[in-house]
Amino acid sequence: MKELICIVCPKGCHLKVDEENGYAVTGNGCPRGAEYGKNELRNPTRMLTSTVCIEGGIYPRLPVKTSRAIPKGMLFQAMDEIAKVRLTAPVHCGQVLIENLLGTGADLVASRDMAAHK
Amino acid sequence: MYDLIVVGGGPAGLAAACKAWEDGVRKVLVLERDKELGGILNQCIHSGFGLQRFKEELTGPEYAGRYIQMLRKTGVEVKLDSMVLQILPGKDGAPHQVHAINGQDGYMVLETKAIVLAMGCRERTRGAISIPGERGSGIFTAGAAQRYLNMEGYMVGRRVVILGSGDIGLIMARRMTLEGAKVLACVELMPYSGGLTRNIVQCLQDFDIPLYLSHTITDIKGHDRVEQVTVSQVGPDRRPVPGTEMVFDCDTVLLSVGLIPENELTRQAGIGMDRRTNGAVVYENMETGIPGIFACGNVVHVHDLVDYVSAESERAGAAAAAYVQGTEAQGPVLELAAGDGVSYTVPQHVRTESLAKPAEVFFRVNRVTQAAEILATDAAGKTIARFKREHMAPGEMERVALPPQLLKLAQGPLTLSIREV
Ligand SMILES: Cc1cc2nc3c(=O)[nH]c(=O)nc-3n(C[C@H](O)[C@H](O)[C@H](O)COP(=O)(O)OP(=O)(O)OC[C@H]3O[C@@H](n4cnc5c(N)ncnc54)[C@H](O)[C@@H]3O)c2cc1C
Ligand code: SF4
Repeated sequence: MKELICIVCPKGCHLKVDEENGYAVTGNGCPRGAEYGKNELRNPTRMLTSTVCIEGGIYPRLPVKTSRAIPKGMLFQAMDEIAKVRLTAPVHCGQVLIENLLGTGADLVASRDMAAHK
Repeated sequence: MYDLIVVGGGPAGLAAACKAWEDGVRKVLVLERDKELGGILNQCIHSGFGLQRFKEELTGPEYAGRYIQMLRKTGVEVKLDSMVLQILPGKDGAPHQVHAINGQDGYMVLETKAIVLAMGCRERTRGAISIPGERGSGIFTAGAAQRYLNMEGYMVGRRVVILGSGDIGLIMARRMTLEGAKVLACVELMPYSGGLTRNIVQCLQDFDIPLYLSHTITDIKGHDRVEQVTVSQVGPDRRPVPGTEMVFDCDTVLLSVGLIPENELTRQAGIGMDRRTNGAVVYENMETGIPGIFACGNVVHVHDLVDYVSAESERAGAAAAAYVQGTEAQGPVLELAAGDGVSYTVPQHVRTESLAKPAEVFFRVNRVTQAAEILATDAAGKTIARFKREHMAPGEMERVALPPQLLKLAQGPLTLSIREV
């Protein structure tokens, strides 16, 4: 039996998930909580946001994000990949910087425009 | 002469300027002291913005980017690196004056029919909360550390203790951890967290960072650089309990102890202030006590969702446009008061006759509740509206919409309060 707090809505129900019984969820105020509880135990995922090095822009760092959530256990490995990226401005928002990051199916994309700075 | 000058180019200023343009105002100027538009959102690189406004989950820079693009499609003039120094309200319908300075134009005295104040807020500092101990380097506000790390590319420390569990502190706990720092503890004076549950789970629990509720920092050691902090439990009177001290070896302390609206300009202009919000007193259309001067966003009250900032600021932009075009809001004023469990309301005043749509009222509660009711009760003791909530907390801003028909019948002042059911 695992206990966790549902974060899908602000109510924050205290969930109990029974791993031995097909991940049955109790304590959830609505079906979305059951879904969340199951996924959190079976395959927790997170959006990852960070920054990468950029030259020739208004700032030396460019914000980036994964195009969708990646397995929680891979966050630090993904940070190592992100640390290797070197860019030169201009870059546009949504531009793909690493395709299929670590085989997760998510791309690493720029999350802002950065023009070349005179 | 301008029709409208907007002070501050963050999400509030951008939304107000776009809306005023859309409503037909053509001589609009945005003055921003930073080197680009977007305000504080440029440093908030995490996602979770825009679910209400754009129905998708964006990062801060993406959210700002959408509004910057919208503004570029208008003919609104923008001056960057331009600091507004003073606002002089015009007397008896005379134009208002905005004094500003930048490297290109020098000292400018600009005249305008209307002004929108959108200067945002700044963080409370160590001075504002007085921690004993030495003054070594390594003590930052969480927002300053966020800007250093996310925009300038400096890592502010390796072993970190965070004081306060506001959202910026929680977000920085995760961010510093991902960048290789060790976050030893997040310490909160109150018995509950000031941040969203989502952030407690995804920023602290995900990384096994302990959250000490009802605790505070009672000493900081380190002459040149922070070396050690002492954390103590506090009693119900919020005073440290002797014998509960814990010591952490660390090089950095981040303060996430709240935000204060940035209102020097507002005060200097003689605009009426609310001591609870630290922002201007406003009417339903975000007009301040001085006709033609409006305010919106974090400069009025601290918001936790930028989506609400945009909505409120569009209202301010629309009202400024109406003012420029000669329709001034008038009529009897209904006062809103904060009752049991409510810290403040924005707006504080409603001109019921100029309401076409329900009046949106924002407020914060001062205790955590489960199932509860929000009551709007008039001076005659009559409850004119009630709203149910499953859950409320001081860290989450509440919003109700009061229909004009009901407001017109109310005898002022109208008090908002909460009651557990
Ligand atoms: C440090 C910090 C971190 C935050 N992090 C988060 C977060 O992680 N998630 C979240 O949802 N919300 C966060 N918020 C709140 C969120 O950013 C706000 O809801 C939103 O940005 C408010 O928009 P605004 O336009 O009112 O203020 P701001 O974004 O602060 O914009 C105000 C603008 O006015 C300019 N300005 C001020 N004074 C002058 C002057 N005299 N002359 C010219 N220009 C001036 C400033 O440079 C700034 O660009 C944070 C706020 C702060 C202060
Ligand atoms: S279980 Fe449903 S009601 Fe409870 S917190 Fe999750 S989403 Fe909200």
